[in-house]
Amino acid sequence: MNQLINYTLSLGDSNLILTQRNAAWCGHGPILEQDIAITNITLDLIGQSRNFYQYAATLINASSENSVTEDSLAYLRTEREFKNLLLTEQENGDWAQTIVRQFFYSVYQYLLYEKMQQSNNEHLAGIAAKSLKEVTYHVTWSSEWVIRLGDGTEESKDRITKAVKELWPYTGEMFLPAAYEIAMAAEGIAPDVASLKNDWVKKVTSVFEEATITLPENGFTQTGGKNGVHTEKLGYILSDLQYLQRTYPNATW
Amino acid sequence: MVVENNITVKTVWDLLEQVPDPEIPVLSILDLGIVRDIKVDEDLVEIIITPTYSGCPAMDAITMDIRLKLIENGFKNIKITSVLSPAWTTDWMTEEGKIKLNKYGIAPPKMSSDISDTLPICPQCKSAHTKLLSQFGSTACKALYQCNDCKEPFDYFKCH
Repeated sequence: MNQLINYTLSLGDSNLILTQRNAAWCGHGPILEQDIAITNITLDLIGQSRNFYQYAATLINASSENSVTEDSLAYLRTEREFKNLLLTEQENGDWAQTIVRQFFYSVYQYLLYEKMQQSNNEHLAGIAAKSLKEVTYHVTWSSEWVIRLGDGTEESKDRITKAVKELWPYTGEMFLPAAYEIAMAAEGIAPDVASLKNDWVKKVTSVFEEATITLPENGFTQTGGKNGVHTEKLGYILSDLQYLQRTYPNATW
Repeated sequence: MVVENNITVKTVWDLLEQVPDPEIPVLSILDLGIVRDIKVDEDLVEIIITPTYSGCPAMDAITMDIRLKLIENGFKNIKITSVLSPAWTTDWMTEEGKIKLNKYGIAPPKMSSDISDTLPICPQCKSAHTKLLSQFGSTACKALYQCNDCKEPFDYFKCH
């Protein structure tokens, strides 16, 4: 049960942290249509993370004396309790860096949810099937932007190349399973994340080819996020995200 | 008892027809296809709904509007259950709903079985000569198009 809780939380956490990052673009997108696009994608991500947190809360409340809600899971857990991928907490940087981060994550999410639809856990299978429809649009949109920037001007090419180089070390973590992912895969609840890597590389390579971007060599991989060991950036994200509930406990809208 | 239940179920369906979608008020929640089932057990009425999009902010408003509509009409014991599976699809939108959308200025979604790359028809001048501006529009369920003939931009309810 604990591993299922950890697994469900990890899925909600990656989405929530990327939501918080992307939301900072609201009102600052390069043009109105793209401002709307990134915030719509973000709305899908927060909706998906609510579905995961609601399910995690039911599991936690059924198995312990704790009483948690989707809100307390988002607002009252500490940095070490968050299991999000390191990729999702990386800075927005410029538009190119935000696009590359979204593209890497959306392609991963697509492959993950595609397999999770067959999970023998009906809750996770249901969330996956629902989310997959949304993520399909995110993959298309972010791929188009990778191509536009990579095969664009000298300036955009420089920027996206820099972004790829910056974020590449955080991609390997997606395919290195944490203990709870191994346990869940063994029970047929979760896909084996290592098995997603080939298809992920294939998709990224094909979009990069069209964008005339060279795929980086496999180098050092940063890990830890899935087990609560984060880059220093997460603390700053949480202090923004959780400020209100920490300062005015139980404040409601 | 069974007969009474059937009458109540029919009454509830009729009442829900009067609950509009808060973002596209020309559609009822039945037109949208988000009400999946209605169950009546003694005095308990259970409404099973499914969200259009995971993050659709209208869902909370819709839940409240359903509750209010039923309370107004004398129901007291109301339970609203949200289910994710099977996932909502625009194929569940009624034909009448699609006609209403079009009149309202939003191009209705194609059926998901239609894999042709035909573009939506401009709801203003009916031209088929349109172009995509953005996959994402003013709400999660819409994309933004423009008509090449009358030049008007318009929303397209995305096939989902």
